[in-house]
Amino acid sequence: MNELFVSLVELIRVTSAEIPADVHRAILHSLEQEKKGTIAESAMKIIDQNIALAKRKSQPICQDTGSIIFYVDCPVGFDQITFEETARDAVKEATKKGFLRQNSVDSLNGKNDGTNVGPGSPVIHFHQHRHNSIEVRLVLKGGGCENVGAQYSLPNEKLKANRDLDGCRKVILDAVLQAQGKGCGPGILGVCIGGDRATGYEYSKQQFLRVLDDSNPMEELDKLEKDITKTANELGIGPMGFGGKTTLLGTKITASNRLPASFFVSISYMCWAYRRQGISLAPAGSLEKWLY
Amino acid sequence: MISLHTPIQESALRTLKVGDAVTISGTIFTGRDAVHKYLHEGGQLPPEVKLQGGVIYHCGPVVMQDATGGYKVTAAGPTTSIREEPYQAAIIKEFGLRGVIGKGGMGEKTLNACKEYGCVYFHAIGGAAQVLAECVKKVRNVYMLEKFGSPEAIWELEVENFPVFVTMDAQGNSLHQSVFNASQAALLDRV
Ligand code: SF4
Repeated sequence: MNELFVSLVELIRVTSAEIPADVHRAILHSLEQEKKGTIAESAMKIIDQNIALAKRKSQPICQDTGSIIFYVDCPVGFDQITFEETARDAVKEATKKGFLRQNSVDSLNGKNDGTNVGPGSPVIHFHQHRHNSIEVRLVLKGGGCENVGAQYSLPNEKLKANRDLDGCRKVILDAVLQAQGKGCGPGILGVCIGGDRATGYEYSKQQFLRVLDDSNPMEELDKLEKDITKTANELGIGPMGFGGKTTLLGTKITASNRLPASFFVSISYMCWAYRRQGISLAPAGSLEKWLY
Repeated sequence: MISLHTPIQESALRTLKVGDAVTISGTIFTGRDAVHKYLHEGGQLPPEVKLQGGVIYHCGPVVMQDATGGYKVTAAGPTTSIREEPYQAAIIKEFGLRGVIGKGGMGEKTLNACKEYGCVYFHAIGGAAQVLAECVKKVRNVYMLEKFGSPEAIWELEVENFPVFVTMDAQGNSLHQSVFNASQAALLDRV
């Protein structure tokens, strides 16, 4: 069988069934933080049991196996067409095996053909680089948390948010307030300051490729990331919005140039079931190593 | 921990309050966006779907079929309930639902219907697909699979000790409302 196909099915299986180590550490930390005997603590306990069970049974952590988003870093001359065809086949196979739910619906007639392959699914972002390595990252992003993403246009009079970092802070925290209870918290924010409406959301999602305990190389963004997480955790929203100490497990922010007339802040929300993995591939497509 | 068994008696239900941890055993039906919209538009359920006095679960499970045609639920967490807010109150009234299981809570219309007709909103842990699938002991039947596709179909499930939390009770209290108000006030102090 085609080596690339085998590697991609395995990537999908592991992404769907196993939470990355950095996220698991953050979840265990938040379980310790919650007050004993509260329903917030019970929620975190069930989440932790669920993570263990999914891994042991090699089954989806969450039944919403989400939008299937591949990020491929590849050398010049890499055959993108073959990759895309193989990725589609791998998605079909992973769906048959139950690593992915039959999750892709025709927007016009509501039909679900059960394959997860169709216009816009899976999503594949290619990025060329000048070395020989091939790295494939995969994010499975559920619908519940996608629905609470938000894009603000600054200035925002109601929130008294101007076109500066303080204005960004206000709208990001408003998004946390509005998302409560809906996106399966504790959550993780990916934010893009600037860009246009499409790239803003795209870059906000790419932030989910970062590990939770990294630091932002830009000092002012690093500060803002930490401040947002800390402030959000003082609001008492808690796991599932039940009230409690952990509202966010982390915040990741990037900035992109904008037009003088526009100032968007785009916020993607990731649920605790933060499914992200990556592999590097040998030229023939076999799996060399895991990236997270 | 309070244990409930379907059919849930109204008297037992009226004593539940926000913040209670509950386990449910018995029969529940999944129903999500397509089913709610269908019922709202006057669609009829197959007669075998006995929703009367029952519990509906906002869930689109992952279901696998074995070689003999039997079904097994392999992932079964809740989906976001608020999308059913336009329809839920009418369905509680029409079917005398005693419980709605979902996540994220619902709005005022549903809260009022819970109070008026004796229903409780049970919050399951969002994303806990495996823990909850373990509590599904059997798939009793499936309805409208062809029409709606697997995640949207009505699955009749036998569950045992299915863990949920009361976040909207039949006395008019909503945990979602109180947490929202408190967090909004806390945020105002911090921006
Ligand atoms: S928001 Fe995440 S954890 Fe919640 S149901 Fe959707 S994918 Fe699952």
